[in-house]
Amino acid sequence: MYIKIKNNHIELIKSANPYLIFATIFAFVIGLYYSLIQSPPDYIQGDSMRIMYIHVPSAWFALMTYSILAGSCVLWFITRNPLFNVVARSIAQVGMVFTLMSLITGSIWGKPTWGVWWVWDARLTSMLILFFLYIAYIFLWQAISNKELASKISAALAIIGFINIPIIKFSVDWWNTLHQPASISKLSAPSIDVSMLIPLFIMTAACFLFLVTVSLIRFRLVLIENKMLRTSSL
Amino acid sequence: MTSLVKSRLIKFFLSLIIVLIAVLIIIFNLRENIIYFYGPTELIKNSDKQGQIMRLGGLVSVDSFQNETDSIFYFSITDGENEIDVKYEGILPNLFAEDKGVVVEGVYMNDGRFIANKVLAKHDENYMPPEVIETLKKSGKWQGE
Repeated sequence: MYIKIKNNHIELIKSANPYLIFATIFAFVIGLYYSLIQSPPDYIQGDSMRIMYIHVPSAWFALMTYSILAGSCVLWFITRNPLFNVVARSIAQVGMVFTLMSLITGSIWGKPTWGVWWVWDARLTSMLILFFLYIAYIFLWQAISNKELASKISAALAIIGFINIPIIKFSVDWWNTLHQPASISKLSAPSIDVSMLIPLFIMTAACFLFLVTVSLIRFRLVLIENKMLRTSSL
Repeated sequence: MTSLVKSRLIKFFLSLIIVLIAVLIIIFNLRENIIYFYGPTELIKNSDKQGQIMRLGGLVSVDSFQNETDSIFYFSITDGENEIDVKYEGILPNLFAEDKGVVVEGVYMNDGRFIANKVLAKHDENYMPPEVIETLKKSGKWQGE
């Protein structure tokens, strides 16, 4: 069984869309060039602010992926269309990686800026909870052998956990946090200079391509997993 | 829409409302603990906070910074209305400066002073290259320090 899965993995990566993989790598190369070389340092933070170019897109997509995850779980609960279940399970891992990335890069940025690696303020704590929610969603589904039940319980967790998303988003506005409020919002001009917005948006596009590419690979994997579960239960 | 889907939809929204109420109750009751730091005005208003370990945040008042030795520092933290004097012994973070955001952790003394044992620099949401700041300052459009 293990060997079969492993072979499937190799087949999957081979069958992944080569244009998407190329576009992702290309966007990251351009994005990193702009982030690390072709952009000015910050007037206070100096070069350590360059971490922002990966930290901010990671955090955005951590929240966005969870919203899609919770949304597909809602749709699955109501319609019981298995497609939504497959979508949710395809993107969970990528979302977890984005959350971990934003936590690690934020920690590296926090040390020179704030003077500490970690503080238990509302933004950081709610982001850590998001990471645990992703892990719980993934592990719950794997741990329960009755997959119908597993889907129900993990979907319920994902939906209840969605309450964390607005808490993360607005934590910096609702409570006093060490983390600064958002620099980019729809209602006002961004408090980031244009020369720093360019690398940020290229990196955002790169992260989006990464999300799509990996999710599509995962999508095929989940379909195979479903097929194997059906055959093994016969 | 079949009746099955309809009943699921109703059950779903009912449970959603219940969870929402539960979370609101939790947040409402925990709001004291969620606040990471207090401003000077909030601390001065609540004299019951005296003698307790607290976090205080605000801007370092202009011209308030003094150092007794290389590791003992005095400064005031302001929120524009009130000020609290802070004594701190230790190493200051690199971004610590007057008129910049800071969060200190320590004891709010009974005499209204604050003895800090930890200083964290708070960064604002502005990101600018140094040249832009220079131009803004020259043209008089710079709103910051």
